[in-house]
Amino acid sequence: MARKISIKQAINEAIDQEMTRDPSVIMMGEDIVGGSGSFGEMDAWGGVLGVTKGLYAKHGSRLLDTPLSESAYVGAAVGAAACGMRPIAELMFIDFMGVCFDQIFNQAAKFRYMFGGKAQTPVVIRAMVGAGFRAAAQHSQMLTPLFTHIPGLKVVCPSSAYDAKGLLIQSIRDNDPVIFCEHKNLYAMEGEVPETSYTIPLGEANVVREGKDVSIVTYGLMVHRSLEAAATLAKEGIEVEVVDLRTLSPLDLDTVLDSVTKTGRLVCVDEASPRCNIATDISALVSMHAFSALKAGIEMISPPHCPVPFSPTLEDLYIPGSDRIADAVRKTLQKGKK
Amino acid sequence: MSNITPIVMPKWGLSMKEGTVTSWLVTEGTNITVGMPILDVETDKIANAVEAPDAGLLRKIVAHEGELLPVKALLGVMADTDVSDADIDAYIASYVTPAVDEDEADAAPTTLRLDVGDISVRYARRGNAGGTPVLFIHGFGGDLDNWLFNIDAVAEKAEVIALDLPGHGQSTVRLPGTSLADMANFVARFMDAINVPKAHLVGHSMGGAIAAQLAVTQPNRVESLTLIGSAGFGDEINSSYTSGFASAASRKELKPLLEQLFYDPSLVSRQLVDDVLKYKRSDGVEQVLKTLSEALFPGGRQSEKPGLKLGEAGKRVLMLWGSDDKVVPAAHAKNAPKGATVELFDQAGHMVQMEKAGDVNRLLVAHVTA
Repeated sequence: MARKISIKQAINEAIDQEMTRDPSVIMMGEDIVGGSGSFGEMDAWGGVLGVTKGLYAKHGSRLLDTPLSESAYVGAAVGAAACGMRPIAELMFIDFMGVCFDQIFNQAAKFRYMFGGKAQTPVVIRAMVGAGFRAAAQHSQMLTPLFTHIPGLKVVCPSSAYDAKGLLIQSIRDNDPVIFCEHKNLYAMEGEVPETSYTIPLGEANVVREGKDVSIVTYGLMVHRSLEAAATLAKEGIEVEVVDLRTLSPLDLDTVLDSVTKTGRLVCVDEASPRCNIATDISALVSMHAFSALKAGIEMISPPHCPVPFSPTLEDLYIPGSDRIADAVRKTLQKGKK
Repeated sequence: MSNITPIVMPKWGLSMKEGTVTSWLVTEGTNITVGMPILDVETDKIANAVEAPDAGLLRKIVAHEGELLPVKALLGVMADTDVSDADIDAYIASYVTPAVDEDEADAAPTTLRLDVGDISVRYARRGNAGGTPVLFIHGFGGDLDNWLFNIDAVAEKAEVIALDLPGHGQSTVRLPGTSLADMANFVARFMDAINVPKAHLVGHSMGGAIAAQLAVTQPNRVESLTLIGSAGFGDEINSSYTSGFASAASRKELKPLLEQLFYDPSLVSRQLVDDVLKYKRSDGVEQVLKTLSEALFPGGRQSEKPGLKLGEAGKRVLMLWGSDDKVVPAAHAKNAPKGATVELFDQAGHMVQMEKAGDVNRLLVAHVTA
């Protein structure tokens, strides 16, 4: 049996193995080395939640602790990528991307296109996403739709330790900029992960549960909420299929359409704010490409259109739970009966 | 109550904990004979028919279709007509599914590891030591899980060893060489490393050719041969399978290829495809498979045919083939060495040891205990 490790360990192992394999892989970020500057202690923290712990001891100066200026070091990472390195920039929280949109949207995402294919930008920008960490409105957003909207960026959001390692290795080897979204409430989740290096292609969804009655299309933490809902519904005799998109750009629409064609019913579950998010996008695409297969209207489950609340009670209400998802599934079945 | 025989959820393979009853193939009142397929079970790895391990009159079906049950859960009850319905109901009511002891499972690892030169080999070892062990060698792109229906059954009668070949399964992704001799020499070195001077070799597909090669070049290491859908006995091999398998990068490409392995393509579950895909996505695996495929099966022909030299080796040979083998044609069985026992199975493809596990296990046990 393969050993079990957490998503956090799987991400650390992916970076470690790629830094060992390829000397052009470097890392930049705040406190990724330690808490006392760029010559940090060997046993130092290693990033805000310790994801890069121990890497400095192995790879030394290829991990750079940066000043508290995301706009500076994300720009530096994008520039280094354009010059032949394979940098990984770690932003503590995706919410901080706001100060480096030009570097990401206008530079990294555009180089290949505007230089006629003569330039490439193999940079990975890792950042924590998602709510449920009692970290308030500026550290809890699920901003995946913003990056998915920009042509030239790839957007990845794993839900398991196996996927996290394989997708991150592929992201590092990929020649385009990748926004790698790590859900902070999944870091501790364990799964079987091979010790050797392996890759999962970007743009391949994963059917994590098969069923014939209703399709749930989702990603990230919501995969697990959806699986909980599917387990509840199975006791009622409802067989739910759960599709984990894994990569939001490029999008594996084929797997989504195959599933909806089989079940005829779709519930899109997205932790991002409800307007112009992944759920609305999938719903629109399915309506356009598989309308005739639908036996009922599409349901979408997202948080309310408001900032993530700091009050624990309100934050728990904000995040879509398995009960809401299960109700949406039942609703699509009711609609079909008329 | 001693006249009541339970039918229980079988344990297929090292990791199976539970299975779903897909459908019953017999009804209450059927006289069941040993080996009769009685119900279909699906696990997270594979779907297959359960063959009756005992004979008897099926009095009561206990597990309903669609039920997910642990290994050894009661599925049905067989008893003669002189046993009353009340006794049967009492038996069912008092039946307790033996718990899987997690601590025990942890204490005895399901697979082991050993370095042979610069290659770390994953292998399984089962059954009681003593006598000549049975060594299972899987085929191209396979691993020791190809024997999931066979290892435990054969281990009841003999010591069983199954390995992941170099570049396969969870062994190191590196080849000791690309010829059958290189692979056979590696198997001999593995046998040295685990202190097995001599073994009954059981080889599937490419593993059959490796076993035959070892019997020809180092006959003192081989007690007997069981060759299943074996390579090494003729020219033809399905190159769309071998080269396609090496290059398939997605589930969509891989699934139809894996379906070619079976007579019944519905046996290829999502999990089976996932497991093969996980192996294939490890660094270096694609290159290893391409190298091996080009060396052993260039242009759809087999470059080496050690099976044709087996007559000189003078070993007892059992040869098993599925009539509908779409990878290595069953017609190659005609090149079996003189004196070999040849069995062809209808409604079976390349993975005979899975599709006809009960028959294969009986023949295999008889062959190695003869």
